[in-house]
Amino acid sequence: MSLDVVPRSTVDTTVGAPRRFHINLRQSGIYVAFALIVVLFAILTDGALLQPGNISNIVVQNSYVLILAIGMILVIISGHIDLSVGSVVALTGAICAVLTVQLGLPWWLAVLATLGAGALIGAAQGYWVAYFGIPAFIVTLGGMLVFRALTLTVLGNQGIGPFPDEIRRLANGFTGGYLGNVGLGPLGGADIVSLLVGILAVAGFAFVQWRNRRARLGYGQDVDPLPLFAGKILLAALVVLFVVVQLARFKNLPWVLVLLAVLVIGYSLLASRSVFGRHIYAVGGNLQAATLSGVRVKPVTFWVFVNMGVLAALAGVIFSGRLNQAGPTAGTAFELDAIAAAFIGGAAVQGGVGKVVGAITGGLIMGVINNGMSLIGAPSERVMLVKGLVLLAAVAYDVWTKRRAGAAR
Amino acid sequence: MTDDILTVHGITKSFPGVTALRDVELTVRRGEIHGVCGENGAGKSTLMKILSGVHPHGSYSGEVVFAGEPCAFHGIRDSEARGIVIIHQELALVPQLSIAENLFLGNERANRGWIDWNRTNHAAQRHLRRVGLRENPTTPAGDLGVGKQQLVEIAKALSKEVELLILDEPTAALNDDDSAHLLDLLRGLRDDGITCVVISHKLNEITEIAERVTILRDGRTVETLDVRADEVTEERIIAGMVGRDLEHRFPPRDPVPPGEEVLRIEDWTVHSPAHAGRVVVDGATLSLRRGEIVGLAGLMGAGRTELAMSVFGRSYGVDISGRILKDGREIDVRSVRDAIRHGIAYVSEDRKRYGLNLVADVTGNVSAAGLGKLSRRGWVDQHEEVRVAQRFRDRLRIKTSGVQAPTHTLSGGNQQKVVLAKWMFTEPDVLILDEPTRGVDVGAKYEIYGIVNGLAAQGKAVLVISSELPELLGLCDRIYALSAGRVTGELDRAEATQERLMRMMTQEVRR
Repeated sequence: MSLDVVPRSTVDTTVGAPRRFHINLRQSGIYVAFALIVVLFAILTDGALLQPGNISNIVVQNSYVLILAIGMILVIISGHIDLSVGSVVALTGAICAVLTVQLGLPWWLAVLATLGAGALIGAAQGYWVAYFGIPAFIVTLGGMLVFRALTLTVLGNQGIGPFPDEIRRLANGFTGGYLGNVGLGPLGGADIVSLLVGILAVAGFAFVQWRNRRARLGYGQDVDPLPLFAGKILLAALVVLFVVVQLARFKNLPWVLVLLAVLVIGYSLLASRSVFGRHIYAVGGNLQAATLSGVRVKPVTFWVFVNMGVLAALAGVIFSGRLNQAGPTAGTAFELDAIAAAFIGGAAVQGGVGKVVGAITGGLIMGVINNGMSLIGAPSERVMLVKGLVLLAAVAYDVWTKRRAGAAR
Repeated sequence: MTDDILTVHGITKSFPGVTALRDVELTVRRGEIHGVCGENGAGKSTLMKILSGVHPHGSYSGEVVFAGEPCAFHGIRDSEARGIVIIHQELALVPQLSIAENLFLGNERANRGWIDWNRTNHAAQRHLRRVGLRENPTTPAGDLGVGKQQLVEIAKALSKEVELLILDEPTAALNDDDSAHLLDLLRGLRDDGITCVVISHKLNEITEIAERVTILRDGRTVETLDVRADEVTEERIIAGMVGRDLEHRFPPRDPVPPGEEVLRIEDWTVHSPAHAGRVVVDGATLSLRRGEIVGLAGLMGAGRTELAMSVFGRSYGVDISGRILKDGREIDVRSVRDAIRHGIAYVSEDRKRYGLNLVADVTGNVSAAGLGKLSRRGWVDQHEEVRVAQRFRDRLRIKTSGVQAPTHTLSGGNQQKVVLAKWMFTEPDVLILDEPTRGVDVGAKYEIYGIVNGLAAQGKAVLVISSELPELLGLCDRIYALSAGRVTGELDRAEATQERLMRMMTQEVRR
């Protein structure tokens, strides 16, 4: 599911190479790997992985890490890192709990205030990184300790709960069956609203891609041959429709999936099409060149961290809403999952390279490994081992393809 | 019978795309001070890197004979073991470590792996006295001034029982007193039997202390002169350095009468951000007119890039004073954005570090400085952006598989065109091009000259900074010479010659 409005892939890097059917493995390797992992675990679990209830589970269980991964990929593209997000998840969850449970604020006001607190946290860290010039590794390592300490100060040793229903629904609930069910033959009943949303999403995606292809042709740019283009769209459509049908058969669409879809589309557009997004790539790709091109590098860095804080707060609300309690140990090691998702998804350690969709895919790869291995009864230490090796393998592959591309010149 | 300590014979060294040295010959007699002169890029540094083993044996052809034995160095340790020590222009002391620690870095006075501090400091004091330094050996090296750091470097060489000492621009960063002291010290070392090779742009120093001088040009040995016997003057050395042949080819250009003054830099003074109080640009005044190509000549360290970058939104330097006038009105250029807004563009001498985002594609680099022109309310029109990139690709003939190819896959000349396109897209009135043809092959050079001519024909003012004098002479209507941060002269196309320029560029500036 590529959301780039002008895909910048599949261009051959060797000058004068014949333009034929050509899959750029470095760009698409991550998606191929994801597909293989899904197939592998579908076989190992006798199909349990792709059962309606389980697909829903994978989405809901990984939603907060995926939200963090969106923020993290932007931080990493800008050439920095954020180790504090796990602690920020805990602190903002606690803030939201205090506002709703103890102070009795309306849920929407509490959520807005919590996002505001996340922005302030991001601003505090972004200030030291952008304007004071302290490496983000240090600033956010300090932040990791400070915000965990503040969480413990707010909560003491116990959790605060339960959360208002609206927040729980956002984190854990499903869209209602507003239009009732429709029979799908042997598949049983499915929610009409979910199916409609899925069909509209596919149609919209296909339309946008088609319009872009036409525009690119109009500008005399290279495009995929029509059969390949149609094949790609068809494949994406089938995958989306399969997931939607399965979800419609279960409990309809998880609200958090709707939220994630909005975030992924919005941030993909932000990264690829907005001036701010393009400046993030410029700053991470070559700080000096960006400075000498008139990019205001300090505000760019600052706002990237503010954004990370807001998304961490959103993840905090959803995580605590899902558990129905804000706990002092919430979010432990989330930063590592988010960072791993970004790097598995093709971000470069030096910055300047990465995609929102890639980070989401990286996060889903880890989610599927987690889920699939627990379905086949693997102990958690083995899950950890596999995740660690997958991270190493993904980055090693990236370095290897880069070196090969360099040697080919 | 003369006693040659070093004979370099038939050295040829190639880098991808360039031959840095071609059949270079150099003979140094035992106990002499031997000068090596040449323009920037003549191959002096490459030659010294071969002598010190930085370019290992086997990466070049030809032979190096030291004290009668052929050498096959594979690193600095090999050359230092034979008694050849090189002191680079950029001092290699670790500022946080003490003088004594620096002296014996990699060569520690130790017993079974444990440093003997008494022996270290005592030996350090002895070596320091030899170069006339009375500092405490436990002082951090960073606390010393540049001149004294230079002396510590020499003391370090002495501690290694040096036979041949190579100094690369030893006085470039020193004031007159420190320079004089250093030259005296070199004479003293010579009398002690240490042979010195001195690379210097300061020709008066060469004629003062050297017995003989070897001149390099374009990677070849031009000649070796006996300074004492032949009464060699600075002019004589300059003649050898610049040569007579102007084989460079330039695209034809219709001379157009220059228009009104578009940019004036007045009394521009810049201080170094690294060394407090050091003046890098000293009261420079320059004027550029529409449709005019103006050159800025100067040797390395003269302050050319510093002048350009400080004008370009104060991208370099501290404590900057002076005025910039655009179309006769004083403007305030405090940031790169200000500079772009006032129609000033700067193409850096180091495109990989300062010019390009190598991991991004050609399109993203072309639009980097002018993204605002392609966007509305913060959103970029990507189709228009690609079209702009394609237009520049066709216009500047950038060879690439497509405008979506990452810039690191392009050749040097095409990368340079991408940077030019980036700045042309901002539609500036004034372009400052810093070494626009560095690391670019001959064909691409010709094309770049054509682009520069085209910009001038459009009525833009172009300031070209270049180390290659023939390039300036072939391209420019007018040339300023810069020496030690000061404008030391200005020549019209008709009156400019390499000799006159070199004379101004090497002119001593008294402060």
